Formats: sequence, C-alpha cells, structure tokens
Amino acid sequence: MLEIALRLVVIIGAFLLLPLIVGQLEHKAMAHMQSRLGPMYAGGFHGWAQLIADGVKFVQKEDVIPAAADRAVFKIAPAVALVPYLIVMIVIPVGPGLYGVDLDAGLFFVLAVMGVGVLGSIMAGWSSGNKYSVLGGMRSAAQLMSYELPLVLAASSVAMAAGTLSLTGIVEAWQWWWLPWQAIGAIVFFVAGLAELRRPPFDMPIAESEIIMGPMTEYTGIRFALFMLAEYVGIVVLSALTTVLFLGGWHGPWLPGPVWTLIKIFVLAFVVIWVRVSYPRMREDQLQKLAWVGLVPLALVQLALTGVVKVL
Amino acid sequence: MARIPGTGLAKGLAVTLRHMLRRSVTQQYPEVQPELPPRSRGVIALVEENCTSCMLCARECPDWCIYIDSHKETIPAPEGGRPRQRNVLDRFAIDFSLCMYCGICIEACPFDALFWAPDFEYAEHDIRDLLHEKDRLATWATKVPPPPAHELGAEPPKELAAESAPRPSARSIRPPGALPKRPESEGDA
Amino acid sequence: MIDRAWEHESVSEPKEIVVGVGAGASAVPGKELATEDMVLNIGPQHPSTHGVLRLRLALDGERIATAEPIIGYMHRGAEKLFEVRDYRQIIVLANRHDWLSAFANELGVVIAVERMLGMEVPVRAVWARTLLAELNRVLNHLMFLGSYPLELGAITPVFYAFRERETIQAVMEEISGGRMHYMFNRVGGLKEDLPLGWLERTGRAVADVRRRLPDIENLIMGNEIFLARTTGVGVLDRETILQYGVSGPIARASGVDLDLRRDEPYLAYGELPVKVVTRSAGDCHARFEVLHDQLKVSLDLADACLERLRQLPPGPINQRLPKILKAPEGHTYAWTESPLGLNGYYLVSRGEKTPWRLKLRSASFNNVQVLREMLPGNLLADMVAILGSMFFVVGDIDK
Repeated sequence: MLEIALRLVVIIGAFLLLPLIVGQLEHKAMAHMQSRLGPMYAGGFHGWAQLIADGVKFVQKEDVIPAAADRAVFKIAPAVALVPYLIVMIVIPVGPGLYGVDLDAGLFFVLAVMGVGVLGSIMAGWSSGNKYSVLGGMRSAAQLMSYELPLVLAASSVAMAAGTLSLTGIVEAWQWWWLPWQAIGAIVFFVAGLAELRRPPFDMPIAESEIIMGPMTEYTGIRFALFMLAEYVGIVVLSALTTVLFLGGWHGPWLPGPVWTLIKIFVLAFVVIWVRVSYPRMREDQLQKLAWVGLVPLALVQLALTGVVKVL
Repeated sequence: MARIPGTGLAKGLAVTLRHMLRRSVTQQYPEVQPELPPRSRGVIALVEENCTSCMLCARECPDWCIYIDSHKETIPAPEGGRPRQRNVLDRFAIDFSLCMYCGICIEACPFDALFWAPDFEYAEHDIRDLLHEKDRLATWATKVPPPPAHELGAEPPKELAAESAPRPSARSIRPPGALPKRPESEGDA
Repeated sequence: MIDRAWEHESVSEPKEIVVGVGAGASAVPGKELATEDMVLNIGPQHPSTHGVLRLRLALDGERIATAEPIIGYMHRGAEKLFEVRDYRQIIVLANRHDWLSAFANELGVVIAVERMLGMEVPVRAVWARTLLAELNRVLNHLMFLGSYPLELGAITPVFYAFRERETIQAVMEEISGGRMHYMFNRVGGLKEDLPLGWLERTGRAVADVRRRLPDIENLIMGNEIFLARTTGVGVLDRETILQYGVSGPIARASGVDLDLRRDEPYLAYGELPVKVVTRSAGDCHARFEVLHDQLKVSLDLADACLERLRQLPPGPINQRLPKILKAPEGHTYAWTESPLGLNGYYLVSRGEKTPWRLKLRSASFNNVQVLREMLPGNLLADMVAILGSMFFVVGDIDK
C-alpha cells in the first residue's frame, strides 16, 4: 500500500515537473532558434522560474465564463483534456521496475486513454459559445479522424514484434536492431502523435492566426493554464511512449536505465519543439490526406514488414 | 524542379538549428542601452535663452502641441539709448502625448532654441504627465548631441559656410551646374 | 472605386441581415441538407488582419460562401487634413497612411508639389531619394516576408526578417532620425545632407541583408508545407486585376507587367536598370515569390544608387525655399511605385499655401477590394493565406 502511494507521489511529482522542464526548454530553444534570448529575468539565472511565475499569474487571474457558455461543460473541459495524460503517465515504465502500475494490456490502455484527451478540446470548443471556438472544436474532431488509425496501427506493429501488450514487456523484448526494423512505424507513430497533441505543424484546431486559439479562445486564468499544461504533459507522454515503444526505453550503454529513458524523452521533446519553430501550419484537409495517403499505408507496410520478419 | 521530397523540410530544420548554435542578436535593453545616432528624434529640448517667443514653432506645429505664453518687458534705456522692449517667456510647453515627432518646430525655429535629443525614456503612467513644461524641456538640452559631420560631397553646413566667409564666397562654393540658391521665382515656372 | 464598394454593399445585401443566418444564406440555393450558414466577422480585431480590417464572411462549414471587406475603422481623414496643412506639414501626415512605406508616401507629395512649381531638384537629392526609396521598399517587403509565414503558422521567419529590418532601420534612423516616419523629404530635396560615413555603413547594411537573406529563403520558400498551403491558392487572374485596379507585387504576380519605376520613371529610375519581377501563376506563392525577388532587385538598386552617390560631384541636397511656399494654381497627378503598388496624389491648388484638394490613391485600398472576388469558395484556413498574401496596410486602406 505504502509502495503504491509512494509511486503515485513520484508520478505526480514527475507530472508537475517534466512539463515545466519541457516548457522551459521550449521557451529557450525556440528563442535561440529565432536569434532571441527568451525569458531572462524570472528566478535570476536565465529566467529558469518563468513558467512558475506564469503559473502564479494564471492562478491570480479572474476566472471568466462567458454568458453564452454552457457552464458545466465549459468548466470541466480543461480537466478532461488534462487528466487522461496524467493517467497515461502512471503506466509508462521509466526503468526496470520503475513504473506506477504494470498492466498486461498497457499499450491498449494507453492508446484508449490518450484518445479521451481530445474530447476536452471538443467540449471546450462547443461550450464556449464562440464561433471561433466551434470552428476549433470542429477541426479537433476532424483531426481525430486522421491520426487515431495510424497511431494504433504503428503501435500494434511493436506489440506484434514483442508479442506482448505490456509496456515493460515491450521494452524488455527490445533489441537494438529493432531501430531500423521499426523505423517506419516510429515515424508514423510520432507524426500521428504530434497531430493528436495539436502541435505544429498540425495545430489547426488552435491556429492563433486563423481562429485565435480555437477552443481556448474564451478561457482565462487557471483553466487556460490547465490547457497549456495538458499540451506540455502531452509532449512528455508522446515522447515517453515513443521512447518506450520504439527507442528501447531504458536500454543503453554506460548510463543507468532511467537516465537513458529521460534523455530519450527530452531529445524527442526537443524535436517536437524544433518542428514547431521550423514549420508552417498544415490545413485540415491536407492532414487528412497525409494521414490516409501517407501514414496509414506506411503503417500497414510496417505491419507487413513486422509480420514477415517475425515469421522468418 | 526535380528535388527529393522533404529537402525543404530538412533545410528549414537546418536553418533553425544553425541559429540556435549562434549568438542571439537580442540587446537586453534596460541593462544595455541602445546606441542612437545623433539625429534620432527622441525628445525635443529647449534652450530657453535663445527663445524669443516668436511663436513660429507653435504656429507651424501640425497638431498644435506647443503652448507658449509670454509678456513684453521694457528694458530701461542704456546710456544714450532708447528703452527697448523684449519678450519674456512665461511658459513653453510641449505636449508629447500629441506630438507627432515630425521636427517641424525645430526646423522652423529661427533662433536655435529647439533641438532634438535621442532620449526616449520618458514614458509616464498618466498621459497628462507627458506635457513637458519649459524647465523639463530645458533638462533635455544637456542631452543634445553635436550634429554629425556631413558626407564628402555635401555642401558645408550653413553655419560653417557663413562663418568662414560672408555672402559672396558662400555662393562660390556651389559647383557649376548646381541650381541657384534662391529659386523664389519658382511660382511662375 | 469608392462608389463601387458602397454600391455593392447596398445592392447585394438587403438590410435583413441579422446575426445567425447571413447574407450568404440567400445566395446558396436550397441544398439537399438543411444547413445554415454562419456569419463570421473576421476582425476588426483579429490577428491576421494587421490592424482593423473587418471581413464579413458567410461560412458553410469551413468554406466561405460570401466575403465582404468592411473598411473604415481606421479612417483618419487624411485627405481632409491635407487641405488645411501647408506643404511641409502634409509630409508629416502623408507618411503615416501606409506606415510601412513612409518614404515612398512622402515622395509622392513632394514630387507633385515640385512638378507644380516646376522645380528642379539637385542631382544628389535625386539619387539619395532613390536610394532611400529602395531601402524603404526593402523594409516594407521584409515586413511581409516575415509576417506572411507567421500567418501560416511559421513563427520563425518574422524574427529573421526583423533582424534584417533592424539593420536597414539603423541606417535610416541615422540619416533621417526616424525609424518609421522618416519625415525626410522636403519640397526641393531632402531635409539634411548625409552624415559622414553613412554611404559606407549603408553599403555594409545592404551587403549584410543580402548575405543573410538565404536564411528566410531556406527556412520557408522551399518548405513543402508552405508550398502546399500557397500554390494554387487564391489565384487572381489578370482580368480581375485590371477591373479592380490592383497594382504592385500582387498584380505582377499575375503577370500584369506594370512597374512605374520602369514604365514611367521618376527620380533617377530612368538611369537605373530596373528589373521588373513578374510571375504568371497569380497564386499566393507567386505573390510571395515576387515580393522576395523584388527585395533582391531593390538591394541591387540600392547598391547602384550608393555607387552613383559616391561619384557625384559635390553639391546641395535641397533647394532654399521661400518662407511661405505656395503651389501655383493648377492641378497635377503624381504617382509612384510604392512598395505595395501604385500610390498617387492628385494635387489641386488654388495658389494658396495649402492644397485645395489632395486626393490620395493608395495601393492597399484597391488591392483589398478584390478580396470579395477571391475569397468565396475557399476554406477559412485559406482565407488567412490569401489575406496575408494581399500585402496590405490598414492605414493605407482607410486613409
């Protein structure tokens, strides 16, 4: 009992800390890629406390709910967006034996729960009583159609290779030559994951220059902060899942396992940020096309490849 | 354009990565002050002694943001002379909340009482405080930089030309082919 | 154009427009599914309208059924104010309607007045003006080269563009004292002579910008996503352009080969090899490319002007003006190739020290009207791509 409680505390700690680190990384990496410095004042040393300061500011702000909003749905939407990622974090293994819970159907659980997160966005879009938000919600829903299938197909390829649905089982079964073997699946999974997170270049539901943050238009204060937190937890979760499924989790020379996992997670998070800085936004129908003409066939090819190699 | 698909995407990533590894160009403003050229139109400085309250600047200002009050004072006659009158400046104020920073007042001033200074740090919490009275305007006068020298090939500034030689030679400086200096006849051209 | 815009509003949209069912509802014939169009007001406050342009769209899902640009939120009465300002004060006002091309705007006014006066401008002033006008064009184009990708979601090019802008603005500030509203033209020349060493520093700034321009090019021009968002989107054909009086880079991107710098040279353009950049595709990508290539041409022209300024014999940079400058009775029309298109001033003088009327033909005003034709049928996401590629400045629309 005590052990489970301890695990949960650690997970909540990680849940609060990792997104902040990713957020700060984004601030700084993005700034330097744009020849800027980024935050420099909060906390003294290179603005390390900027996100904490942001959080304090958000908490102090007035919680405005538009008169035309569907109040109950409006209030609950940020939680719906955030909690699934928290739950997913429980089952992600960081090192041998370092996980909240080891589920036999871990992969299945993760994919199912992550799919719920997008509901928060759709709920927010509908309940805000704002035309831009509705458009954003509609785009979220449309996006859902395009990324879920490749995501599941790519993940199932790894499950096939490892012969288990357990996340720890997958990592334990992982061999270095899986990297080239599952490379296509890894890329498909990561790209589809970006679309799920609504991160650039797939941030059409948010698109501040078109529909002004879409579902988040009417949110202020702590509720808005929860949406932002969900985005960054999402990056952590996506990076962690890609690490666990395709990059071999804690496998790696010299350094202890958990360190390897964290390194891989942050490298992937950096890629997420890097892509955001470099690319323009796609259009909703272009994403659909990419998913159905590009990602789904690729994922199927990967499945076939996995099957062939597995049988041989 | 036979290109490998994805080159554009890769190039973009390369550009941003290269910038990340280079020095940023940001100047950290309050710690690092910008270097402003002497002509920068930051704030208008008043040299009160030069002002004759002639009102030219106030009249030429496109949005009438200069306020001048003055009264006449009679100076007692010096020995063997007549008493003279002169204008005494009571109030000279520029409302920087209206000012468009065009510099016409400075150009219009015939007695060199107004100057540009590059200072810009006079933002206020209350817009009414942007009305600078003459004492405040006078403080800016210490910040006025000397004007920059002119590029080779320029005519020497009027002051220098007038100093070195009076009227006739000032004319002769102009190269052949240059236009007459006083085209007052332009109206009928 | 004014008449046309208002006429259209009153004819095509009867006053029963209420919130909910929009103007588009009547335009869309009875459909198989009973859907309602949504009226969406883009603006007056919207991040991609660069200020306060308002577009009233009727949306069928994300597809635009009708679009109507509604202007005037930033009307400052510039033309009326011109009538009560003398010719020096007009320059202050004129450089503010299109705040990204202040120098080009000043230029039109002084050229008009000089033409009325029959005034000959000193050679050095002519070349310096040409140089500054080209630098101003570079500044303007850099702004849009940065802001257009930003509207498509690429957040980085704008920072590179602004770094380049800063480089040029430094030399502009050094010569004129201003960073945007230069107020450096005077009737008969320029306000002051060039500061010592300025030509060299400008040469270096131009070289720096040219050297670093590939950053923007590599980052965005060849990007597949950018290409997918812009090629074939918002195609504007030659016929529509001529009907609406669209000009500048937008017209040239559709193959309308008109550039006053070459076709009706003013300043020193007659002696310069002005390369007119055109494209035939007429889509968003062509417009962006034209802007980018024009930027390079302008840098070359700036170099040519610098070279010439170094060689010119010493001479004055302006004319001595009378205390009160009066334009003789008459009228003239001076148009220039402003960075965004044709910028014209129709000056009518009754011999007073103020113009009797100074009509302003601004580029953005005409360029934006054509949105009404371009937007319907496109997606909302493309609306932003098209709007951004029309390169307008709201002050230039509303005057």
